[in-house]
Amino acid sequence: MSVSLIGRPMTRVDGRAKVTGAARYAADFNQPGQLYAVIVSATVGLGRVTDVAAAEVERAPGVVAVLTHRNAQKLPYLPHKAGIDPAVGERLHVLQDDNVRFYGQPVALVVADTLDHAERAAAALRITYESRQPLVDPTDQRAEKIVPEAANRTRALADRSRGDADTAVARAAVRVDETYDMARENHNPMEPHATVAAWNGDRLTLWSKSQYLVNEQAEIAAIFGLPAENVEVICPFIGGAFGTSLRTWPHVTLAALAARHVGRPVKLVLTRKQMFFTTGHRPRTRQRVALGATPEGRLTGIIHEGMGETSRYEQFMEALTNVTDYLYSCPNVRTQYRLTQLDTGTPNHMRGPGEASGIFALESAMDELSYKLGIDPIELRRRNEPQMDEAENKPFSSRSLMQCYELGSERFGWARRTPEPRSMRDGRLLIGMGAATATYPAFHAPASARVRLLADGIAEVEAAASDMGPGTYTSMTQVAAEFLGLPPEQVRFRLGRSDYPQTPSHGGSWTMASVGSAIRAACVEAQAQAARRAVADANLPVFGASVNDLEWSEGRLRRRGEAATGLSYQDIVARTGVPVEAERSAERASEVAERYSMHSFGAVFAEVAIDPDVGTIRVRRIVGAYGIGRVVNPLLARSQCTGGMIGGIGMALMERTVLDPRDGRPVNAHMADYLMPVNLDIPKLEAFFVDEVDPHVNPLGVKGLGEIALVGTAPAIANAVFHATGRRVRALPIHIEDVLTA
Amino acid sequence: MTENPSESHPPGPIMSRRETLQATAGAVALAALPPLSATATSAPALDTNTVTLTMTVNGRAQTLSVDPRQSILDVLRETLNLTGTKKGCNQGACGACTVLVDGRRIVSCLTLASMHDGAQIETIEGLEKDGVLHPLQEAFVEHEGLQCGFCTPGQIMSGLGCIAEGHAGSPEEIQFWMSGNICRCGAYPGIVAAVADAAGRT
Amino acid sequence: MFPFVLEKPQSTEDAIAAAASGARYIAGGTTLVDLMREEVEGPERLVDINKLPLGGIRVEGEDLVIGALARMAEVAADPNVQRLQPLIAESLIEGASPQLRNMASMGGNLLQRVRCPYFRMLDAGCNKRTPGSGCAAIEGLNAGHAILGTSDHCVATHPSDVAVALVALYATMRVRGSKGERSFPVEELFRLPGDTPHLEHTLLPGELIMEIRVAGGPHSHRARYLKVRDRASYEFALVSAAVALSIEGGVIRQARLAVGGVGTRPWRLRNCEAALAGKRPERQAFEEAAQLATQGARPLHHNQFKVELLPRTIVRALEMAGEVA
Ligand SMILES: Cc1cc2nc3c(=O)[nH]c(=O)nc-3n(C[C@H](O)[C@H](O)[C@H](O)COP(=O)(O)OP(=O)(O)OC[C@H]3O[C@@H](n4cnc5c(N)ncnc54)[C@H](O)[C@@H]3O)c2cc1C
Ligand code: SF4
Ligand code: FES
Ligand code: FES
Repeated sequence: MSVSLIGRPMTRVDGRAKVTGAARYAADFNQPGQLYAVIVSATVGLGRVTDVAAAEVERAPGVVAVLTHRNAQKLPYLPHKAGIDPAVGERLHVLQDDNVRFYGQPVALVVADTLDHAERAAAALRITYESRQPLVDPTDQRAEKIVPEAANRTRALADRSRGDADTAVARAAVRVDETYDMARENHNPMEPHATVAAWNGDRLTLWSKSQYLVNEQAEIAAIFGLPAENVEVICPFIGGAFGTSLRTWPHVTLAALAARHVGRPVKLVLTRKQMFFTTGHRPRTRQRVALGATPEGRLTGIIHEGMGETSRYEQFMEALTNVTDYLYSCPNVRTQYRLTQLDTGTPNHMRGPGEASGIFALESAMDELSYKLGIDPIELRRRNEPQMDEAENKPFSSRSLMQCYELGSERFGWARRTPEPRSMRDGRLLIGMGAATATYPAFHAPASARVRLLADGIAEVEAAASDMGPGTYTSMTQVAAEFLGLPPEQVRFRLGRSDYPQTPSHGGSWTMASVGSAIRAACVEAQAQAARRAVADANLPVFGASVNDLEWSEGRLRRRGEAATGLSYQDIVARTGVPVEAERSAERASEVAERYSMHSFGAVFAEVAIDPDVGTIRVRRIVGAYGIGRVVNPLLARSQCTGGMIGGIGMALMERTVLDPRDGRPVNAHMADYLMPVNLDIPKLEAFFVDEVDPHVNPLGVKGLGEIALVGTAPAIANAVFHATGRRVRALPIHIEDVLTA
Repeated sequence: MTENPSESHPPGPIMSRRETLQATAGAVALAALPPLSATATSAPALDTNTVTLTMTVNGRAQTLSVDPRQSILDVLRETLNLTGTKKGCNQGACGACTVLVDGRRIVSCLTLASMHDGAQIETIEGLEKDGVLHPLQEAFVEHEGLQCGFCTPGQIMSGLGCIAEGHAGSPEEIQFWMSGNICRCGAYPGIVAAVADAAGRT
Repeated sequence: MFPFVLEKPQSTEDAIAAAASGARYIAGGTTLVDLMREEVEGPERLVDINKLPLGGIRVEGEDLVIGALARMAEVAADPNVQRLQPLIAESLIEGASPQLRNMASMGGNLLQRVRCPYFRMLDAGCNKRTPGSGCAAIEGLNAGHAILGTSDHCVATHPSDVAVALVALYATMRVRGSKGERSFPVEELFRLPGDTPHLEHTLLPGELIMEIRVAGGPHSHRARYLKVRDRASYEFALVSAAVALSIEGGVIRQARLAVGGVGTRPWRLRNCEAALAGKRPERQAFEEAAQLATQGARPLHHNQFKVELLPRTIVRALEMAGEVA
């Protein structure tokens, strides 16, 4: 291609399917003869099921089966853990015993001929419990803090220290030492979790919402004691997930269990309320950040102690304090991470897991420090810009934070900001401007992909990847088209089947890097194979040539340096009609991982307007500047960023799942009560990318974007709220009443 | 609104005292179960009565036998297998299920099909004509009015309503009148641009 | 959802007869279908009133008359409503969503049920849903609940926006039952919870709301609705205020004021109204009057902020009304 496809703002290849209703999500795969299953969720927060009046309901209209721990098949639940599962603890086993571990846990399942019959019967099912008072508040005196047992085995480090942070902070000329809280949040994608399960003998097909198909396959196989190849998971489209579909939650097992029990396909869709029970959440956190600095604004010590909640049966960990280790230059840094075990379901990764919460605390504290020092917040960060990752003692593969701050502050107009809190107004309204750093690791995981060159000139590309919205379909099509030298219309990229080549989970912003690299490798291999076939074909002009003398360019094979038209894939493949097929995996060389610290960086700027009478807080604009390596598709990248900013508005000003301490029920488990931004909340959002070439991260030079787009927005808004009002709110979300009397 | 449970009173019972006393005997849920559901389970359940009705869906008249409880949403998705219309909450709180009934945008999850005998219903599946996308559909693709695509059918149907009502005069106006459709991916800027563009074209 | 039988009467008389024998009216269904699905409501018979001649909006002399079946969207967009009673239009478009407003009727809006989360949880005590079962909200999460008009039995707010405007405008309503018709102020539709929170309104069994009547006056134009909430749209009010001022010679002749989000019913503030009469429309007078709004307020553990927010909302709404040209 004369013009590179990578970097081109191409519209989505699946756009048409999505605007016509043709795109099918899990619950759209109705099967012939299908029955409907509805979960009955526990109405106590801790205890035991003592009785189930199943007989009454079994006779109700349309009911085919009522499954409880008494009659459900005992499942093998063979050991299985993937990287996204907590390393310590055992997953929830459903309908295997009478224990109730948290409010909303599935305790029964009703299967009926229609949805209305199933719902009615599920509501009518009377269950008796013996109950105890659960503990659901991590700040409760009785909540015990534990050291996460697997901390040293994962990214989430329990304790880390360099120098002597406590002494440094204690002796510092200028100090900030504060506690920051973040609410429990639920992912609340628009698409509820759903699974349609159908058995054919001992083979199971699941049309199921999943961000990690090959793991869902392996997990369900382990639970049912089947060989993995007996399970097939299909999920071509995901209606948003943000992490909630990384794990395979109990409802998938229940759907399969029910389908086997009744011998018919079963469709199970969670209600919106049930989306708050058993499908993970961003853990509520409490963090202490203490900063010490010289009067000139050089950091001398940082302490970051974080606590996250987890369940009693699994230790969910996230990288809550990691950013503090590498973000700024400081000789004395101590970070600590603890868990409190509560009677709730296990949390899980939610967009920007760990980093998003941790950075709220760190970047709020940095902002507080800037006011104490009387130094511009951006200048403060400049004075503490490290030359290398001081925790790992490694160079950054690339780091453009200061360029991001420069570009961002110019586009935002930071110079117009007057530093004094409450000093800016627009008519009656208080105006505030805030900034914060964003960062997220540039992950990479082993992945594979398959390329098939067909006789009609089409290239089929397959990987068991997912697309929950970032545009995987489109960006992978671009990558394949680029490396095959084909127009994108001739590439057909498919994902969303567990029998396609294995890929890592669709989360952690590594899909582009990992799957993209695998596709590149498979394309290169397919070209090599096609070339070998061509030189062996007596009817082709390159017959007998050495493949080393040939080259592929713009999808045509020629002798090096020759101007001939050359051969297309079609010319070669059509000779025999047998497709060229190549499957390749790619992973990051371990030396590279050893040598470099690899992260994305960004700077986020927010302006808020606050009504001084009634306390309403509206974000007026957000500008983000990011260094994320190569941008594959600026159109999609910008959407990711603005989408992340909108998530950040939710995190800063709206989102909170509230549990009733009496029995642990989420009180606002309703789309009208768990507030997320609506269209009218959205201000002007601008995302910019600094030119960044990172030759180390992966062959594509991409760093990933999904998470960093969220990270940093909430603290920028919180800092703007302080600037507007002079009131420092150290708990998210910030609501009207928090600034009312400011 | 703020509710920080950690600051709340020492946890007390969530049931009334009368019920808690029973609950200690091990019957919390039973005690809490209000008479409504209790009567229904003990009384012989009314057998399902179905009703027959005619609805014109995307220009095609359909005679259907439905459970009176079925929403238009469930009839579309489960009876007619028109799964383009999505169920995001089933409580009127998200807009994913928006369709046009007799030309007006409504949330189909809170609309009983049995109350709409003879209605004209338009869904996302009916917009494309002879392989040509409706200008609003095209605009959604062009302006990145979508990410995951799950809210998209509802956004587009709502956008049609918004334009037809004359509420697409400016981006601000569109934001106000498109706030009944939540997009968790945050495709709002593209949605506004798409509606504005299509409003200008039609 | 419990099964039910749907009746489609052709006349108002038939509808009233059906309702008098225990059937339940359904209009837009945006409250009823939602709560039936949660099994908070379980009517065995539904009377679809949508074909009855209760729609339309008309002007009779100074009065605006709105049919019970007129939809929220239709009323808000009506030129006569916008011209004669802009407060009604403003309060309507601040409520719910465009789609819901296309469905929801004015009669149904007044009779919509509370948004207390425990009300819709069948496994929580709720005196309103199940008399005598306790109130989970009083000791529970109650940030959204009322501070005025509460009892030891129920503390839920009335959620309607337009009802607040109608109460501020001293609107009346006409209802018809098997024993005939009667008219009364909209304010009198709503009951305080007392020890019978399950009884929410003063309609007799089977009575059908026919229409709402709003008299015009010098206050009608200097009238504003302010709805305060964390999200810019599609959220119920934390606090709202409907105000209408008639100003003559630079002095408030009459102030009309009702508030939402704080009371167990749309809450008219007679003491504030009285305090404003005869004052110049200035911030200080607004503030003094607004302070009276929280007299007798009984904040709960999580909604203390409403005691602060309520007077501020009133002051701001009064200022907005005062600014109307
Ligand atoms: C997500 C969501 C958000 C909302 N947000 C808001 C908001 O911000 N502000 C707001 O004000 N409202 C809001 N609402 C409520 C909405 O406005 C009401 O549900 C609606 O107005 C009810 O009208 P309806 O015609 O649909 O009533 P229905 O559901 O049909 O009926 C409601 C009740 O009124 C009775 N009824 C109806 N008509 C009559 C009549 N003519 N005579 C006697 N009885 C009758 C019915 O029997 C039933 O008991 C919201 C609703 C939802 C679902
Ligand atoms: S406040 Fe009223 S509606 Fe809410 S739980 Fe108490 S009694 Fe029920
Ligand atoms: S599904 Fe109907 S509004 Fe959410
Ligand atoms: S595009 Fe995903 S919810 Fe809107």
